[in-house]
Amino acid sequence: MELDSLYQEVILDHYKKPHHKGLPTGEIQVHHVNPNCGDEITLSLAIRDGKVEDLVWDGAGCSISQASASIMSELVSGKTVAEAQVALKEFTEMMQSKGNFLGNEEILEDAVALAGVSKFPARVKCALLGWMAFKDAAIQNGAEL
Amino acid sequence: MKSTLDVAAIKSDFPIFKEPMRGGKRLVFLDSGATSQKPIQVMDAERHFYSTQNAAVHRGSYYLAEQASEAYEGARASVAKFLQVKSEEIIFTKSATESLNLLAVSFERSNGRLRIKAGDEIVVSELEHHANLLPWQQLAKRTGAVLKWFEMLPDGSLDLSRIDEVITSKCKVVAITHQSNVLGSVPNLEPIISAAHAVGAVFVLDSCQSVPHQPVDIKELDVDFLTFSGHKALGPTGIGVLWGRAGLLDLMEPFLYGGSMIETVTMTDATWAPSPKRFEAGVPNMAQAVGLAAALDYLSTVGLTNIHSWEMQLTEYALKGLQSIDGVAVVGPQGLANRGGVISFTVDGLHPHDVGQVMDQYGVAVRTGHHCAWPLIRKLGLTGTTRASFYLYNDFSDVDVLLESVQGARDYFRKR
Repeated sequence: MELDSLYQEVILDHYKKPHHKGLPTGEIQVHHVNPNCGDEITLSLAIRDGKVEDLVWDGAGCSISQASASIMSELVSGKTVAEAQVALKEFTEMMQSKGNFLGNEEILEDAVALAGVSKFPARVKCALLGWMAFKDAAIQNGAEL
Repeated sequence: MKSTLDVAAIKSDFPIFKEPMRGGKRLVFLDSGATSQKPIQVMDAERHFYSTQNAAVHRGSYYLAEQASEAYEGARASVAKFLQVKSEEIIFTKSATESLNLLAVSFERSNGRLRIKAGDEIVVSELEHHANLLPWQQLAKRTGAVLKWFEMLPDGSLDLSRIDEVITSKCKVVAITHQSNVLGSVPNLEPIISAAHAVGAVFVLDSCQSVPHQPVDIKELDVDFLTFSGHKALGPTGIGVLWGRAGLLDLMEPFLYGGSMIETVTMTDATWAPSPKRFEAGVPNMAQAVGLAAALDYLSTVGLTNIHSWEMQLTEYALKGLQSIDGVAVVGPQGLANRGGVISFTVDGLHPHDVGQVMDQYGVAVRTGHHCAWPLIRKLGLTGTTRASFYLYNDFSDVDVLLESVQGARDYFRKR
């Protein structure tokens, strides 16, 4: 079933048990919404010694938006800003590929499971929501992305 | 009396139903609340206009310009006949959204009883689509007027218990929907319209979800303005209708300025043409107006009473089916009383986007999310719903696929 390429096991696992989800406590909190469907995410993080730390997010939305935020937070936490930037770029490229670019697993880890999303244009924004919130928060914390 | 529609014959007029959906499935189109599909008669009317009559209306002195003007004004007359009002009371806009913005902006600019200024009150309801909320909300912000609203009860009706506090002598305009685009609920408008008129306010009816689906008697409703969009009534996109009482339209300042809407122009001043031209600046959407007239002809031929009766039979069947699926909850009115052919529902533990995605695998087209009525969705304590809406080209087999696909969505995520 075509649907199974969208809803990979790992996506549903993250949806059911999201990582780094809680009440964001950082001084700078970003709030992003997907105005088409009302998905929301609030996220905060810290950048210490060039590394992404204390990333916490809270949100409500569909399985794709919530799982993608969870996967992203797992992926970038503890990484350097430069490494996170590479992942962000790789993920964005994958999302815009309409199913033609499956992503490098060494860079994206679990996030390659979201490759199937790019075949469903209406869901790409859902998958990008958490990543865009991360980018915004990192920039507001002084990272150059 | 229950009417049965010959849906097979109707469907054969709509080419889109021949298109295969994802996985080769047939299209089960249950999103007419967002936009309707178009019969070949509407496309032919537009093609006929472009093929034989196309010229800028109300301008040229040549034969074709006369033909175009006649077709365009003929479309206006058709709409007027459909609504049983006068032709000069019909304004063509690009959409119902534009109609409502036109009113809000014009009321701000006008003098006399329609003018909105600081301290005036504008009344809407929590049922409103953003298109009938934001123009008024922003008008209030710009002018210092006060926006008030009727609250929604859990069954999708409006709380009228404090009607005298909501509509006071300061009220200038009341703008409310004829039917919720999210829940299908039909608010009890009669006491609201009476209360509005008792304090000298005008009543604006958003009839996007009613005019395409049932007979609407403007005189009996006693409203002052009414709008609907062509594309939800089998018509083309880019054409909407605003009806206004003749005496009121004459009090209103223009919304857009430009060609065709003037009486005289100098370098420093201008005077305006009478309505409806005053509100139709620029070359209008001529072919779309002609297409809309064909759409309304189509609806009249099938019969609005028959269409409404048919949709309610489908709604009854779908309501019972959805209510009997474990884990599925219908949101808003649970029965047929005070509702139209729109049903919103939720599936336990599932986000509407995920529900709609699985339903798509069955060829089912439904709307998911907040349906451009975010305050209503928040009031219900939800992040969104899945919405099925019916029209004359749907039948009981469509409802069967709907029910199967909803169960399919529930089970898809349950087993995994």
